[in-house]
Amino acid sequence: MTEHIAIVGGGTGGTVLANNLAEKLGAEIDAGDVEITLFNDGPDHVYKPVWLYVAFGQREPADGRRPLREVVDDRVDIRQDYVFNVDHDKKELELVDAIEPVAYDKLVVATGSQLDPEQVPGLVDGGHHFYGEDGAQALRDELLAMDGGHIVLSVVGTPHMCPAAPLEFVFMLDDWLRERGRRDAFELTYTYPIMRVHGNEHIAEWAHPRLEARDIAIETMFNAEAVDPDAKTITAMEGTDVEYDLLVAIPPHTGSDLIEEAGLGDGGWVDVDKHTLEATGFEDIYAIGDAAQTGVPKAGSAAHYQANVVAQRLTSEVRGQPATAVYGGKTVCFIETGMDDATFVEFDYERPPSPSEPTRAMHWSKLAYNESYWLTARGLL
Amino acid sequence: MTTDQITEDPDEIVDARGATCPGPLMDLIGELRAVETGTVVALLSDNENSTTEVQEWADQAGNEVTAIADEGGYYRIHVKKL
Repeated sequence: MTEHIAIVGGGTGGTVLANNLAEKLGAEIDAGDVEITLFNDGPDHVYKPVWLYVAFGQREPADGRRPLREVVDDRVDIRQDYVFNVDHDKKELELVDAIEPVAYDKLVVATGSQLDPEQVPGLVDGGHHFYGEDGAQALRDELLAMDGGHIVLSVVGTPHMCPAAPLEFVFMLDDWLRERGRRDAFELTYTYPIMRVHGNEHIAEWAHPRLEARDIAIETMFNAEAVDPDAKTITAMEGTDVEYDLLVAIPPHTGSDLIEEAGLGDGGWVDVDKHTLEATGFEDIYAIGDAAQTGVPKAGSAAHYQANVVAQRLTSEVRGQPATAVYGGKTVCFIETGMDDATFVEFDYERPPSPSEPTRAMHWSKLAYNESYWLTARGLL
Repeated sequence: MTTDQITEDPDEIVDARGATCPGPLMDLIGELRAVETGTVVALLSDNENSTTEVQEWADQAGNEVTAIADEGGYYRIHVKKL
C-alpha cells in the first residue's frame, strides 16, 4: 500500500521538506511505496527577503519568484489548488477545485503568514510596506518621489515575518539617504510596541545605540491602533500620536484560514510540540515554518531547519522506525545595518542571539545567500 | 504582585515558553490585539524578565495584570484587556 505524504504550502518550509523527502525516500517513491504531494495555491515559489531590496530599487519582484516546478524534485507531485479544510478523523484534505477529497497518511502544514492590514483602521490607505511585491514597489516609487520629510517606520503587527527586517529597513534607509546626500532633508522615526527597540533584549541592546548614532528617533511602547490618512497621523493605544509624511508599517499578520477551519490552532497558527513539531492533539500532522507556534521567528531559516527535522521524522515513520530527530530552535538571520554592512545572529531555544560588529563581508554574504537561495530550496545547499 | 496560586481561569493562553524572538511580551501583545475588551489572557513564560516587563507594558498600555505566579520552571501572568 502506498503511503501518501501531503505537504500544504510551497514556501520555504514546504519546498525544502518536499525536496528533502524526495531525496531520502527516493527508493521508496520509485518502488511505489511512497507518494509525496505538494499543494500550493499558486504556480510559483516566492522568496520573500527580496522585497526589502525592491523598496530601494536594488532588486525586482521577479528576482524572488520562480515556478514551483523548477525548484521541486520531479519525484514530488505538485498540485495547484487551495486546501480549505482537513478532516483529521478521515485523514482527508478538502480542496476548492476538486470534487473528491484527497486522502493522506501523513500531513505537514506549511501555510505561512498572510498580511492583514485591515485590522488597523486607516492602515491600508495611510501606510506603505515592504512585505509584498506590490507593496515594496509602491514604497520604492514613494521613496524616490520624496524630496524630504518625516518617514516613520512603525512595527504595528506582532508576530510578523522576519523580526529583524524593521531594523534593517531603517538602517538601510538612513544609509541610502546619506549616500544620495539627502539625509538632512529627512527626519526618521522608528516605533516599536514594547519598552525597547526589539522584542529580543539582546538584539535590542545591540540596535538601540546604533539607531541613536544614526539620528533615528525612537518611539517605544507604541502600539498603533489607528491611522488617519488625511491628517497623516498614526495613533497608539498608549495615547501617543505621531505625524508622518510617509508611513512604512509592518502590518498585522495572520495564519491560514485552513488552520482555523480545521481546528488545528487559533489565529491561523498550529499549536505544536516545539521539538517534534507534531500538531498538539492530532495524529500524523506536523506543522513547520510560520504556521507552527514554536516561539522562534517567522523566518525562512527556521522553516528550513524545521523542514529538515520533519523530513527525518517522516522518513523514520514511513520505514517503521522510531522518529528521533528534534528541532532545537535553530535560527540564523543576517541583519543589514546599511547599504554595505551587515551582521549575523544564530540562536536557538537555549542560546540567545549575540549580534557581532557589522562588516562589509557579512553584507556580501547575505547577498550571496540571497542569490544561492534557489539551490537551498532545491536541497542542493 | 506575586501570588503562589492562581484560581482565576483565563479566557486565552499564550504559551511563550522557549520563545526566542521576538519574545513573550510581543506574543502577548499580538494576542491582546486580537481579543475583545474584558478578555483575560494568560502568558506562560520561562523568562523571569516577563514578570516586570508585562507589568510595565500593561501599566502604560492601560491594561491590567490580574495575577502573577511562579509555576516552577515558568511564570504565569494573567492580563485583562481594558
